[in-house]
Amino acid sequence: MASTSDIRDKLRQKRRAFQESLVRVRDDTQALVSMAMDVNRDSAMEDLAGEEEPAETLRRSLKAQRQRRKKKLLEEMAVEESQTGADEEEMEDGEEEEDVETSAVEEVSEVQSIQQSRGRSETEPETESEAAARSFTRSSRDLPPLPMSRPSSSISESSMRQRMREKLRAARSKAESLLQQEVPVEPASRLQSLRDRDTLTRFDRETEPELRHVPDGDSSEILGKVKFREAVRRVRIDAQREAGIPTGEEAYNFFTFNFDPEPEEEPSKRRKKRRPKSEQAEGGQEEEGEGEGEEEPEEQEREVEREPAREDDEEEEEERDEEAALVRDGEEDLFLIEQSSQDFLEVRKAEYIGYNRRVQRESELLFTPSVRTVPASNKLPDNMQPRYLEEEGLYVGERPVVSLTNENILENRILRQDQATKWFGDDGRIIVLPDPIKESSTRPPLFHVEGDLDPSLQTVYRKAIKSKYAKRYMPGVGDTQGDYQLDVDVAGLIFSHHGLFSREHVLGARLAQLYDQHLSRQHKNLTRLLTDKLSGLRNTIRNMLELHGGQGLSEITQQRIAEYKQEVKITRQMRDAEQEKDRALLKNIVKVWKEIKALREFQRFTNTPFKLYLRREEVDRASDEREHEAEILAEVSELQAESWEDYEKKVTEYKQQNEEWKTWKKKQKAMKKKKKKKQQSQDEEEDEVEEESEEELGEEPTKPDPPEEPDLDAVERQVREKAARIRRKPGEPILVPELTASSNITPNEQCPRAEFGRRQDVLKRSLFVKVLYNDKEVSRTDSRALTADFRVHFGQIFNLKIINWPESIKLQVYETVGSSTTQLAEVFVPVPEPSILTGSATSEQLEFSSNQRVTFNHEGVGSDVPFSFEADGSNRLTLLTSGKLSCCVSWAIGEDDIPLAPPMTHASAGINSGIMQMDAIACIGASGLNDMKKLGKWAAESRLDPNDPNNASIMQLLSVVSGGEVTVPDYFRLEQLQEEFNFLSDEELDRSRRFRLLRLRTQEVAEFRGYKFVPTLEREVSEKVFQDYEKRLRDGEIVDTKEHLDAHRALVAKYLQKVRESVVNRFLIAKHHFLLSDVVLEEEVPTIGGPGAGVLGLNLFKLAEPKRPLKPRRKERKKVTAQNLSDGDIKLLLNIIRAYDIPIRKPQASKPSVASKSTRSVTETFTTGHSSQTAMQGTDWPFNQVLVRPFVEVTFQRTVLQTSTAEGPNPCWNEEILLSFSAPNGDYSTTSLQSVKDEVFINIFDEVVYEISEAERERERGGLYAHVERHWLGCVKIPFSTIYRQSRIDGTFKVEMPPVLLGYTKENHLVSDGGYDIVRNLTEGAFITLFITIEPQLVPGETIREKMKDVKFDTEEDERVLLASEFFEKDAMQRFPDRPCLTTVIDINGKTVFITRYIRPLNPPQELLDASPNNPQETMELVARYVSLIPSLPDSVSFAGVCDLWSTCNQFLTLLAGDEEEHAVLLCNYFLSMGKKAWLIIGTAIPEGLTAYVLTYEQSRYLIWNPSNGQYYGQYDTFCPLQTIGCLINADNIWFNIQMYDAPMRISFDVTKSKFWKPFFSRAFSYPGLSSVQPEELVYRRTDKAAATELQDRIEKILREKIMEWRPRHPTRWNRYCSSTLRHFLPKLELSGGRDVAEEHRLELQSLLGEYRISGFPLHLPFSEIQPIIEAVYSTGVHKVEMSNVEFALAVYVHPYPNNVLSVRVYLASLIRTR
Amino acid sequence: MASSNPSVFLLMINGQIEGGNFPEYDDLYCKYCFVYGHDWAPTSGLEEGISQITCKSRESHKLIWNFPLDITFKSTNPFGWPQIVVSVYGPDVFANDVVRGYGATHIPFTPGKHTRTIPMFVPESTSRLQKLTSWLMGRRPEFTDPKVVAQGEGREVTRVRSQGFVTLQFNIVTKDLKKLGYDTTPGSSEAPPITGLSGTDQPYTL
Repeated sequence: MASTSDIRDKLRQKRRAFQESLVRVRDDTQALVSMAMDVNRDSAMEDLAGEEEPAETLRRSLKAQRQRRKKKLLEEMAVEESQTGADEEEMEDGEEEEDVETSAVEEVSEVQSIQQSRGRSETEPETESEAAARSFTRSSRDLPPLPMSRPSSSISESSMRQRMREKLRAARSKAESLLQQEVPVEPASRLQSLRDRDTLTRFDRETEPELRHVPDGDSSEILGKVKFREAVRRVRIDAQREAGIPTGEEAYNFFTFNFDPEPEEEPSKRRKKRRPKSEQAEGGQEEEGEGEGEEEPEEQEREVEREPAREDDEEEEEERDEEAALVRDGEEDLFLIEQSSQDFLEVRKAEYIGYNRRVQRESELLFTPSVRTVPASNKLPDNMQPRYLEEEGLYVGERPVVSLTNENILENRILRQDQATKWFGDDGRIIVLPDPIKESSTRPPLFHVEGDLDPSLQTVYRKAIKSKYAKRYMPGVGDTQGDYQLDVDVAGLIFSHHGLFSREHVLGARLAQLYDQHLSRQHKNLTRLLTDKLSGLRNTIRNMLELHGGQGLSEITQQRIAEYKQEVKITRQMRDAEQEKDRALLKNIVKVWKEIKALREFQRFTNTPFKLYLRREEVDRASDEREHEAEILAEVSELQAESWEDYEKKVTEYKQQNEEWKTWKKKQKAMKKKKKKKQQSQDEEEDEVEEESEEELGEEPTKPDPPEEPDLDAVERQVREKAARIRRKPGEPILVPELTASSNITPNEQCPRAEFGRRQDVLKRSLFVKVLYNDKEVSRTDSRALTADFRVHFGQIFNLKIINWPESIKLQVYETVGSSTTQLAEVFVPVPEPSILTGSATSEQLEFSSNQRVTFNHEGVGSDVPFSFEADGSNRLTLLTSGKLSCCVSWAIGEDDIPLAPPMTHASAGINSGIMQMDAIACIGASGLNDMKKLGKWAAESRLDPNDPNNASIMQLLSVVSGGEVTVPDYFRLEQLQEEFNFLSDEELDRSRRFRLLRLRTQEVAEFRGYKFVPTLEREVSEKVFQDYEKRLRDGEIVDTKEHLDAHRALVAKYLQKVRESVVNRFLIAKHHFLLSDVVLEEEVPTIGGPGAGVLGLNLFKLAEPKRPLKPRRKERKKVTAQNLSDGDIKLLLNIIRAYDIPIRKPQASKPSVASKSTRSVTETFTTGHSSQTAMQGTDWPFNQVLVRPFVEVTFQRTVLQTSTAEGPNPCWNEEILLSFSAPNGDYSTTSLQSVKDEVFINIFDEVVYEISEAERERERGGLYAHVERHWLGCVKIPFSTIYRQSRIDGTFKVEMPPVLLGYTKENHLVSDGGYDIVRNLTEGAFITLFITIEPQLVPGETIREKMKDVKFDTEEDERVLLASEFFEKDAMQRFPDRPCLTTVIDINGKTVFITRYIRPLNPPQELLDASPNNPQETMELVARYVSLIPSLPDSVSFAGVCDLWSTCNQFLTLLAGDEEEHAVLLCNYFLSMGKKAWLIIGTAIPEGLTAYVLTYEQSRYLIWNPSNGQYYGQYDTFCPLQTIGCLINADNIWFNIQMYDAPMRISFDVTKSKFWKPFFSRAFSYPGLSSVQPEELVYRRTDKAAATELQDRIEKILREKIMEWRPRHPTRWNRYCSSTLRHFLPKLELSGGRDVAEEHRLELQSLLGEYRISGFPLHLPFSEIQPIIEAVYSTGVHKVEMSNVEFALAVYVHPYPNNVLSVRVYLASLIRTR
Repeated sequence: MASSNPSVFLLMINGQIEGGNFPEYDDLYCKYCFVYGHDWAPTSGLEEGISQITCKSRESHKLIWNFPLDITFKSTNPFGWPQIVVSVYGPDVFANDVVRGYGATHIPFTPGKHTRTIPMFVPESTSRLQKLTSWLMGRRPEFTDPKVVAQGEGREVTRVRSQGFVTLQFNIVTKDLKKLGYDTTPGSSEAPPITGLSGTDQPYTL
């Protein structure tokens, strides 16, 4: 808009100049004309409106107008003329005016475009003349759209109309009031534009007068009388219209002026003038009138309008300007156009089609059927009443259920169609068929009960059969080169027997067969071949013998001769056999021929064309005889030689055997003699030997018979006999049979009837062959008739384009008799080698036969039917239909002589091809391999001809075999190629350092877990990498005593390490076992209410909860998984809130007075709960002195932070301390975090400020005037693992304080003289309230125990018990998810054990029982203290993230380390053995979390014992760390707490009440009497006192060194005197259990070291390792005293308890000389 | 660095997450990270990234991110060859940000340009009820760590549903791989790699 306004400004200036010039030129006519024009425009519009669809036409015309942007003023003028003519008629249309209005308003939306078009039209006054011509021509062209648009616009109009009417009404009233005031200055931009447009429309319409005038005429007739009134009113309406239109837009309101009163008169005048004319034209002569009207104004106005067409408008504009400056804006646009028509930018609104308009438009195309019920009358033919058939008693089927709405819609839809009524029945409803759905199923129900089912209906499982060939496609099919084609050539078939054979045929076939044989034999001519070979061999032998002259034959030659001889023998035999066969064949042929001849004679007709000729070949008798004789002789001599040889061999053999026999005989004799001797000597040994020797001799060898000498004559005789039998006699002519088919067949008519019948039958038969490829028929030959000679010729070649791999090619021979077809035979054709191509392939004769039984009643012999040639029916024979099919299968050759065969490799071996190339053995396969030796043997024996190509493959194989010495594997090789893929041998792999590194890494060996960047090259891996690992492996067994002060503990530590390792390994698999929750984060299904207080329920509850802004709560934070954390991300947040009962200082009397001594008898028994305190405060307490100024220092991972200092024994800090946490090695994985052993020390110190005495002040010139000392008061230790596991710790903790705090007293009566005593009595010692958490909250790694739920442990428990326990736990979990319930635990061997098995009375060390035999209370305390002295080692630390392992008491005592539960179990067992009632409590406590306590019942009081520190609490002790009690366990049952509350204070411990406690073993499931896993008795070793003393010295030494180490910048002086005093004191402390000695001790100290200010305390620790002791000492901060004159005193005492349980006491004091 | 005996090889990955095809969802963004073995270390570039949110165009119904990847790895051992894990997120009906797919693929080891389309999947709810509640609360099941999809371990417990595809383009450059004895370049017998628009490829003109 900015740009337009700019342009406007410019234009305004221009226009003014122009106006000034024009104003003067203006004359009346111009003004008049312009006025007339305006009016005309208005009227034109109305005129349009007067027609049926004014709105539509207007819109259309507007569009046309837009298109015609170059329209001229002249054009408009022309239009105006016509309009003036039409004026009057339009006036008559006044009643439609409202419609006009609506259309006008409608146009508002199009204003912008109109403006443009108008603007454009106004730019062209210069070119008016040209454009005039153009526009005229165009106007005629523009016509058509208008009439076309008419029919459909009326609907939308009406709705529009209504709205507009309302608008109009409002506008009208407004405008009227305006008119009365004579203030017609309103810019009516819209109207202006409309008018302008109207002229154009007008112009359009002008040339189609008929269309327009027909309605005009009608209306004028009706409304003629109201004309005048209308004329007046119309003007007013114009104004109203103006007013009615919203005027927000900028105006292009050039013509607004026409509402001024002045122009109003003018048009009316004009109209008056015109009226007569138009009146004349009335009565159907509108056309003419129109024409006249057109002409007139043209004459009048053309001259005027031509030049200053624009000026008119401007004139008016000007006039109006004078009245209202507002209008200016409108003018400017006009000039803008004038200035540059090209620059004019078309800015349009986004085209929006209003909803109603769209509906209107859509309504042209769409039909929405109404849902209203159609009245029956519409549906029925006229004047028909609906007729209801039901009422007339006719059956009408039930109509299907259709909703009424749908039916109505359908009816409405149908009614729109032609012939609608035919869809409706007589009752006026749509004709329907009755509901086809039957109420009950017609199918008999199937009952799926196995037994009831009819056996025939029972389903039988059949395994799916996989088609073997289905998927085996040829490789490369689909490619262009992948076309494979098999050519199957079925040439024909010959029957060797057929059911229709006559007897003669049978013989003929036999003859032919024999003849074939003969021919093939002759072709091979084996006899000749062998004869030649034989003579060749004989020659060779002879030559060899001649060559060597019969002597000096070398070994080899002899052997060879022998071989040759052997060869000759074999060859001769073979030749003889062949000759015999030849001869037999010949004889047979002749015989059969004779039979045929006989048969022909007999039956007197000939069926077969066979005719045999025997050709004689004469031979030279003499030479023949000679040859024959020579042959025989040679043979004889050979045989003789052989037999001689044989004989000789036998003779030598005989001799040898004979010899043996003789020796044996001799021996036997000798033995017999010996025996006799032995019998005499009676020597047993010899006897034995003899027996042996006798045995050695074995059974008696048979006496050999001497061989017979060969009968040479007999040999000759035999030879001659044989020759006579198998050979042609010398001189006998050679007979050569020749079979021809030249014999004539007797014609049918000469045959007997039977034969005729046979022949007829033959003619009926026809045959065809089916070709099956992969068991699918692919094609079949034509059916060919069987010929009389039983040969069928097909001669068809089938080209098979194949996709699947050829598995089988089958040809099936079918015989057709009449219409029935029977399969005669099936012939398998081998799949050809890829090298066999169509051109080169030879036809094969494939024999087939059929076992079909066929009988005939004619001459045909049938098949499978016995028949005989003999008249008597003897010598029967049975023949089966058989024959030969000659066919040929080969790979086709493509057009380019490319064989369409698959590549060689594929064809040869399929899958195994690769193996075959690599492994000759694999090629044969495993089975072949087994026979390899046999094969080799056979090959050697059979003397294969190496040159024979047939043997090539075998020879090759043999060469392979002999080359690489074949050892037949006696194993099965599953993965034959495994070795191929081994990069290197295993030894090499072991040797390689790099691979070793890689392997160790994958095995997750601790040293190499997560090793980064294994070097690429072997040489880059140094041996150093493995040093640690190897060292560890080596040192596995060596115990390093240096690290551990105690050899026993070192062993234990080692053992623990081992257990740990084995357990870790055991769970390594479990670690890799994932649960869904490990991988997928999924929201829990919210539960509403329930004991779990599900998410939804809780949230709902929270909504209802009143808001309590003054009671802030800690909100749940988002949990963070520990994987993407790094150093500094994790913070430990400690909120130290307040403390109670901090010990207070004692007045620093420079000299202790006796009086004060006596009065102060504060017992510092923090360890006991029931001894009441009766301390009194000294009267000399200076009131103005500060009691104590405590502050808290938190030490974690050697980071120390402290709070500000508070005052008084009950300080309140409420401070937050932020400690950063760094995980070991920067490993923030869950397992790593779980195994963090660091502890948070919360130490309470007293800040003491000492004024420096004058003397000192002088010494330290101007420096310090006071110095600050800090005295350790107590501490709270919280292991990080606890915080991590519980994610937050919130509560009040008892501060561990030494029994003796030098210089402090436990003051609690100064302020508590009132009623607090009772409370105080329960709480002895100081307490501190803390809140600890980790920021951000870490997801605590759940122990694998939970995961283990489905990874079952080994167990020896009864399955029933396990199931019950699972159920019990699950039930408990559901009902009280917060209460721990434990029924089974895992023992140290990783086996699941039922928990009650751990409870069994066990004897505590006798020593402890003896200590105070009279006081059972004290004994109990002592026992508890003993148990607590066994160091605690959380399982979660030792078995990081693995599980909670329970060790038995003896294991526990051996290991001397264990978790709370081990302590608890031991303590419980001790108490039980002492005759107490004791239970194990499984519950949660602060700060341990899930833990085990011990409950005892004594003197109608329940006591809860904390086994870790030996303390006990009454049931109603507020400071009892036990928070919830889940279940109680004793030796024979488990009770789960089902009371409302779980805090010890609020529950009843009476387990007999089933309302409160749910027992595991109840009446329903009685206790099966589980045996205990605990030993019967514990055996204690006395601890070596000397070792304890030694340890004591070592600890002291180490601590001394450490303290000096921690004070690197200050000298550390040791006060020996004090140390020794302290050392004496410690054993006393130990004996007394830390009670009742403090006061005396202090007095003692004070008297000894009066001039020192002492602050110090004894520490008490169970002994496990030295490190915790050092940590504890460090955390007290004694070493931090930085005064120059400080001295230290240190004493260590180790008290040995039985079984190597050691109690360590460290007394540490700092002394400052006060004077 | 021009030593003839390199001890590491470099793998430079340059590319982009081109876009995805998630027929039912719109306004998605994606996140990528790399999973690689112990012997690998990124030397430059970003290991992880989150893309912009992209909307479907009216015509193509494809989500286009064109989110660049640029990272260089050094390694001594091809074992643990890097994989890229892409996870796609977007608003559901209630405008909660939920996961729309996880997917992973190995970085191609052949130098050159590669386009990979990886199928995306999301874990299924364990029960119908959970499916409903997760749908209602807009907290669908997700993998605790998207890197799970690059591993086989633990996958057997999950059940997933496929959900669209993501197309990635890689330009791979390797250094010293061959010198260390790993030949990854395709043999001469292999067909030349098919580039983006086969058939309408235009000759390179500079």
